[in-house]
Amino acid sequence: MDSVVNWFLDPLNWQGSAGIPNRLFEHVSLSGAALLVAALIGLPIGLFIGHTGRFATAVINIANIGRAIPSYAVLVIILPVSLQISPEYGLNVIPTFLAMTLLAIPPILVTTYAGIREVDRDLVEAARGMGLREPQILGRLEIPLATPVIVGGFRTATLQVIATATIGAVVGGGGLGRFIVDGFSNPSLPAQLYAGVILVAGLAIGLDIVLALIQRRITPRALRGPLDRWAGPAEQASPADSPGMG
Amino acid sequence: MESSAGRAATVEFDQVSKRYGGSAKAGTPAAVNDLSLSIPAGRICVLVGPSGCGKTTSLKMVNRLIEPTSGRILLDGVDAAGRELTELRRGIGYVIQQTGLFPHQTVVENVGTVPRLLGWSGARIRERSEELLGLVGLDPAKYSRRFPSQLSGGERQRVGVARALAADPPIMLMDEPFGAVDPIVRERLQDEFLRLQEELAKTILFVTHDIDEAIKMGDLVAVFEIGGKVAQFGTPAELLASPASDFVARFVGTDRGLKRLALSRVADLTLHAAPTAVVGSDAGEARRRGLAASFQFVLLTDPANRPLGWIDAATLPESGPLTEALANPTSPFVNKRTTLKDALSLLLDSDVQVGIVTDRTGAVQGLVTVDMIAERMREGHIAPAYLVDAPPGAPADPAE
Repeated sequence: MDSVVNWFLDPLNWQGSAGIPNRLFEHVSLSGAALLVAALIGLPIGLFIGHTGRFATAVINIANIGRAIPSYAVLVIILPVSLQISPEYGLNVIPTFLAMTLLAIPPILVTTYAGIREVDRDLVEAARGMGLREPQILGRLEIPLATPVIVGGFRTATLQVIATATIGAVVGGGGLGRFIVDGFSNPSLPAQLYAGVILVAGLAIGLDIVLALIQRRITPRALRGPLDRWAGPAEQASPADSPGMG
Repeated sequence: MESSAGRAATVEFDQVSKRYGGSAKAGTPAAVNDLSLSIPAGRICVLVGPSGCGKTTSLKMVNRLIEPTSGRILLDGVDAAGRELTELRRGIGYVIQQTGLFPHQTVVENVGTVPRLLGWSGARIRERSEELLGLVGLDPAKYSRRFPSQLSGGERQRVGVARALAADPPIMLMDEPFGAVDPIVRERLQDEFLRLQEELAKTILFVTHDIDEAIKMGDLVAVFEIGGKVAQFGTPAELLASPASDFVARFVGTDRGLKRLALSRVADLTLHAAPTAVVGSDAGEARRRGLAASFQFVLLTDPANRPLGWIDAATLPESGPLTEALANPTSPFVNKRTTLKDALSLLLDSDVQVGIVTDRTGAVQGLVTVDMIAERMREGHIAPAYLVDAPPGAPADPAE
């Protein structure tokens, strides 16, 4: 344990391209890019199949198959192709990025779909009956109400991506995984292995907390937590007739 | 989309049918079968029937949430199918059972939904929303900023009605709007809505499975039967007095005679004059008057003619002033707006089977008895239409 503490206290580990700050930056930027691309793909598809109900079963099944493929396998499968495309980034950046993106799409897509579907269909029909157009129903009703669920999907995706970014180090990439892979392959550096694990876990937990706060922040006020905390004088609304309101 | 208050439109179903699952197949059961109804502007038409009879489907075809398989629906003579979908819907108020209030929006935002779609200014939307909240009996200052989850079931229904009225649509569609509240709240909402409708005079299509609600709310009632057919279309009185078929007769219930009583009010009766005597007047005179009449009771009143109670004339002294202590204050009170059903119920429930009819100030206007109510029923009796063609040997109908 002392050796791990000492490792963290060693100024050499905080400097240069192999130092903690740079590895952290590599880790976060690659994860962020993968999440962004996954969101750009997963969100619109999830919103579309959630709102229309069309192709939902097929899309969700494909997404779930994607979940089942190990990231490591994706990495290895992509490697020969990506090396052909770009000798410079083909070895580590592109395979890692693609593996992470493929991993992040299913949770984002599936929860977006589920969040939209969970919105009471009677509510949607009432909105339609009042003359809201389909994009207005999505933007004013379904997305606000599905926000907590959608952000929950992002949290899952983020955790998985942060954890998976470590495997990039196996194919020579940067990121915090470097510490783990190098520590593992060099028995004289056990402290580095543990430090790497702590850093990855800490990053994941820290980001999850931040996302949890954001989730709460952007959840419509009326849908947040226990109502009695901000409700006015003792409300007549009985719990019994609340659930139907969606 | 500017609109003047009290505007209404006619609604006409012209041979409308709805079939699901391959309309080409002849064997497919119809959700709605060859429906033709004509609803005059400013009236409430109730669509009533058992579950799965197509009443909600019929309603949703008006704002085209469901498109008819065949036939036309004309609003003010214009085919709904030819109108732009959102424009059509924004001109039709829509209230559903669970109110469909948006849970993440405040009451005032909910009410302003359609005006916002129509591009009204913020100030105008707010002004209109507050006006409407007042109209449905919710204090804007207290309720505007609340969320639906902070309202009781009845309050939500009021907000639902206010929201539907926001852009002053000529037509309102109400799908079991009072179905989700307890019977006491429901009755109050019904009464308030009827009062509101007296001012608004919208054309309203109202779906319910509750025949009592249909009779109470409807100017016209369409009774649906399974298979999406209208078994009878008429006024509540026609429905109760002469059900068109055995199905309708069963649906309106064997107590339809009593239900008819709910359609008449004390004001429809010719009241008995009350044998009143003012407190402090001569007891001997009241005694003589009481004993001379077939009905030997005297109704003691205060100087403003408000009833204090009945006195048996035989128990009165020969002289001296009438005092309040002599009177028995137990007697059913009704007013001119009391339905005959309620009046009868009160009379049957009371030891004194004579009801005192009072006006707004509490002054005596006359008396009502069980016999008067029964008489009224006999006058209005019409044989059920389905008995008219009864086979020979059936009891002859006295009206024929």
